[in-house]
Amino acid sequence: MSHYELRCRECGRTWGNQPRSICDDCFSPLEVAYDYDALRASVSRERISQRPPNMWRYSELLPLPQGFEPRLPVGFTPLLQAPRLAQQLSGTSAGAKNLYLKNDAVCLPTLSFKDRVVAVALSQAKAFGFDTVSCSSTGNLANAVAAHAAREGLKAWIFIPSDLEPAKILGTNVFGAKVVRIAGNYDQVNRLCSQIADEHRWGFVNVNLRPYYAEGSKTVGFEIAEQLGWRLPDNVVCPMAGGSLIVKIKKAFDELVNLGLVEGKEVKFFGAQATGCSPISTAVKTGSSEIEPQKPVTIARSLAIGNPADGHYAIKVIKGSGGWSEDVSDPEVINSIKLLAETEGVFTETAGGVTVGTARKLWRQDRILPEETTVLCITGNGLKTTDALAGVYETEAAIAPKLAEFERYLQGTLRPSDIPGVIAEAEAVGT
Amino acid sequence: MPITVQIPTALRRHTAGVGSITCAASNLGELFSVLDEKFPDLKPHLRDDQGQVRRFLNIYVNEEDIRFLGGQTYAFQEGDEVLLVPSIAGGAP
Repeated sequence: MSHYELRCRECGRTWGNQPRSICDDCFSPLEVAYDYDALRASVSRERISQRPPNMWRYSELLPLPQGFEPRLPVGFTPLLQAPRLAQQLSGTSAGAKNLYLKNDAVCLPTLSFKDRVVAVALSQAKAFGFDTVSCSSTGNLANAVAAHAAREGLKAWIFIPSDLEPAKILGTNVFGAKVVRIAGNYDQVNRLCSQIADEHRWGFVNVNLRPYYAEGSKTVGFEIAEQLGWRLPDNVVCPMAGGSLIVKIKKAFDELVNLGLVEGKEVKFFGAQATGCSPISTAVKTGSSEIEPQKPVTIARSLAIGNPADGHYAIKVIKGSGGWSEDVSDPEVINSIKLLAETEGVFTETAGGVTVGTARKLWRQDRILPEETTVLCITGNGLKTTDALAGVYETEAAIAPKLAEFERYLQGTLRPSDIPGVIAEAEAVGT
Repeated sequence: MPITVQIPTALRRHTAGVGSITCAASNLGELFSVLDEKFPDLKPHLRDDQGQVRRFLNIYVNEEDIRFLGGQTYAFQEGDEVLLVPSIAGGAP
């Protein structure tokens, strides 16, 4: 008897455990519900903290099949203090110690938070007897499904919009997955996949395995709380595509409180989108509880979902928490990628640029205050979207491998005040 | 105005297993009336108590979300293929 099962988010009907994401009765999404009373006896801070540093340390709070043995150390990514970024965002040094980055740009094995959700989905795919797993993806999920499938010996069919970043396509091909490029945007790929899932007995991680898959996102929330010393932050800023991550971080915090692992606290949730695809932030800003779908036009392709299925729930979480949502233009995304890299040494992809750019707006609007503990969710790695930075940096002419040549180069390109070691000498010789 | 409607597996237990029908309807309201008459059990699964299309049901016409075509006001063209698809998330970021 399992301690979890599928339950309709709207009508509450339970569905046991099976590859299914929709309630036949009301057509609403299913999610995993747990027997928290049973869990309370078996979960403790001490027990969790003695386990290896990966997401499986929270296994009781994940829908894993009985006897499941993880084969990859996914998750438990660094929670980095970001004082130099904080200073840039707030314009003061006040509160520099209160800003953190949850850095899933270094999540294993494929450098995005999608490794977390896929790890859970594939555990169930095997338990349900699928020999083929699949997904529709804007790239990161494609990479994660392909890699995990290779590791588990499953076949993988990956459906992507044809204009995806080359690095994300290559990073899927390399694992031996079958990549099907679709001449359409993500929403069209997604719609096609729900039709394919209707016809083929495959484990689509974000269709028929979606309730299990989505639970993997909770580990971002569990880790944030544990890494803050078993306490909740004041604010979380989270990028939004389908809207699932922000909802699941909230669920994770609620579970920790419910199980007595952290003290209860009102955490504000802030959603980040690109202006060129901002159905959720538009709804929040206009006071609507429903999503108006959009046609995405943004370089932040990993967030380019114009019809986010969890948008309604994301709006509820944001509004219910007293948070807000903002969106940023493509140039702001680029500047924010650079800002994060230059201040904290973290190279994030476009989605991370969206998050940092949004955070900057929220600071300026005084929606986030310097004295509050704030976590920015950095969900992917910049090496996957280098084409977004094409043309930002000039390729300089090569110089000869001679010291004198370098000194000339130095004199020509830098102002003397930028070169501490050279200033004294330059002044001494009166040049 | 003959159009084709594809019904997903999840809803076929309310249509006696029928996965596709061809019918005449000039807009979404008329289409719902046709479906109501043909498959009375299906009605509550497509619209809520207020008669609104259910939040998690997406309706496509020839691969395009009907909301981009004017929603309720869209006039079906001869040969349109209408898809009823549950709303599915995921894939990003």
